[in-house]
Amino acid sequence: MLPRQKLVMIIVCIFIFIFIIDLVRRRKLREEYSWLWLLTSASMFILVIKYNWLGIVSNIIGAAIPTTTLFIGSLIFLMILSVQFSVRISRLTEQVKNLVQENALLRDGLEELKKHQD
Amino acid sequence: MHENDIKKKLVIIPAHNEQENIGQVVTRIRELDIGIDVVVIDDGSTDRTARHARLAGAKVIRLSSNMGYGVALQTGYKYAFERGYDYLVQLDGDGQHDTSYIPELFRQVITEKTDMVIGSRFIKEKTQSKPSLPQYKAGITKKIAITLFAFLTTKLVGLKVTDPTSGYQAFNRRVIAFFTQDFFPCDYPDADVIVMVHRAGFRIKEYPMIMFERDSGRSMHSGLKPIYYLFKMFLSMFMTLLRKRPVSLFLKAED
Repeated sequence: MLPRQKLVMIIVCIFIFIFIIDLVRRRKLREEYSWLWLLTSASMFILVIKYNWLGIVSNIIGAAIPTTTLFIGSLIFLMILSVQFSVRISRLTEQVKNLVQENALLRDGLEELKKHQD
Repeated sequence: MHENDIKKKLVIIPAHNEQENIGQVVTRIRELDIGIDVVVIDDGSTDRTARHARLAGAKVIRLSSNMGYGVALQTGYKYAFERGYDYLVQLDGDGQHDTSYIPELFRQVITEKTDMVIGSRFIKEKTQSKPSLPQYKAGITKKIAITLFAFLTTKLVGLKVTDPTSGYQAFNRRVIAFFTQDFFPCDYPDADVIVMVHRAGFRIKEYPMIMFERDSGRSMHSGLKPIYYLFKMFLSMFMTLLRKRPVSLFLKAED
C-alpha cells in the first residue's frame, strides 16, 4: 500500500468515526444503531494500519486477492444492516397497527360521548 | 341497551372502498332484526364507504389509513372485546356473503358445543335442507390454493376443514379475546388463523353455505397477489407450527 493511499484511507476512517459520533451527540442517530457503523470504521482503520492482516484473513477464507476479502466484508456489513432495518420496520409496523386501532376505537368512544352530551 | 341475561351479539364488516355494496349488505342485516349490532370497519377508504354504511344504519369505525384486511378485522375484535360482546359474526362487505346465514351462525355458536363456526362453500352434508349446493365458481389460482390449504390444515393439525379461506365466521367471546392479542396475523389472516385457533384448544365447526360472486368492485385477491398470498400462507402456517402453542386469555372455565 502506498503511503498516499494509507493517508487518504486513515483520513476517511477518522472522518466517518467523528461523523457518526457527532450524529449521536446531536441525537440524529440513536446509540443502538451507531455501534455497527463505529465497528466498521474501526475495523477499516485497523486494516489500513495493519495491511498484512488483510492478507492473513484472505488466506484463511481462501480468497485469491485481498480486494475480494474487502468486498465480502462490505457485503456482509450491508446485509447485517438491512436485516437490522427489517427487524426494526417489523416492530414499527406492529406499533403503528396498534396505534391506528386504538386511535380508531378512542375516536369512536369520543363521538359517542359527544352524542350523549347533546 | 341490553339486559344482563341477553347475550350481546355483534356483526363486524371490514370494508375498503366498497361504496357500491356496503349499504345493501348493512341494510340486509338490519332487516333481519334479531337484536344485533352492526359495525363497519372502514379501512381507510377513499370513497364513500363510511357514509353509505352510516346511512344504512351501521356504526362506522374508521381507520385513519389503509392498513389491510387483517388490521381492520382485529379492530373489530378489539371493539367487540372492549364493549363486552359475547358473540361475533364477521363477513365481507363486498356482497359475496349471504346475510341470511347470520341468525343460524349465531345460533350455532350459542347453542352448539363449539367456539368457532366457519362458513364453507365446499362442505357436503346430506342432512341439509337444500339438496345440492351449486358449485362456487372461483379462479384457478384460488381453487388450487383453497384445496391445498384444506389439505394442509387437515394433515397438519388433524382438523377437517374444507374451506379455510372463508371470511364468513362466527365465534364466542373466548375466541374474540384470543384474537385481540398481538400474534393475530394482520396481513392475510386465513388458514393459519384456523390452525392457531385449533392449536389453542378451541373447537371449530364448519357450516355449509352458498356464496355469491362479487357484485362489483375489485377483489383483494387480484393481480400478482395470489402468488404472494400462497407463499405467505405456507410460511405462516409453517411458523405457526414452529411456535409454542398460543395461550388463550380465557380458559374453558367460563362455560
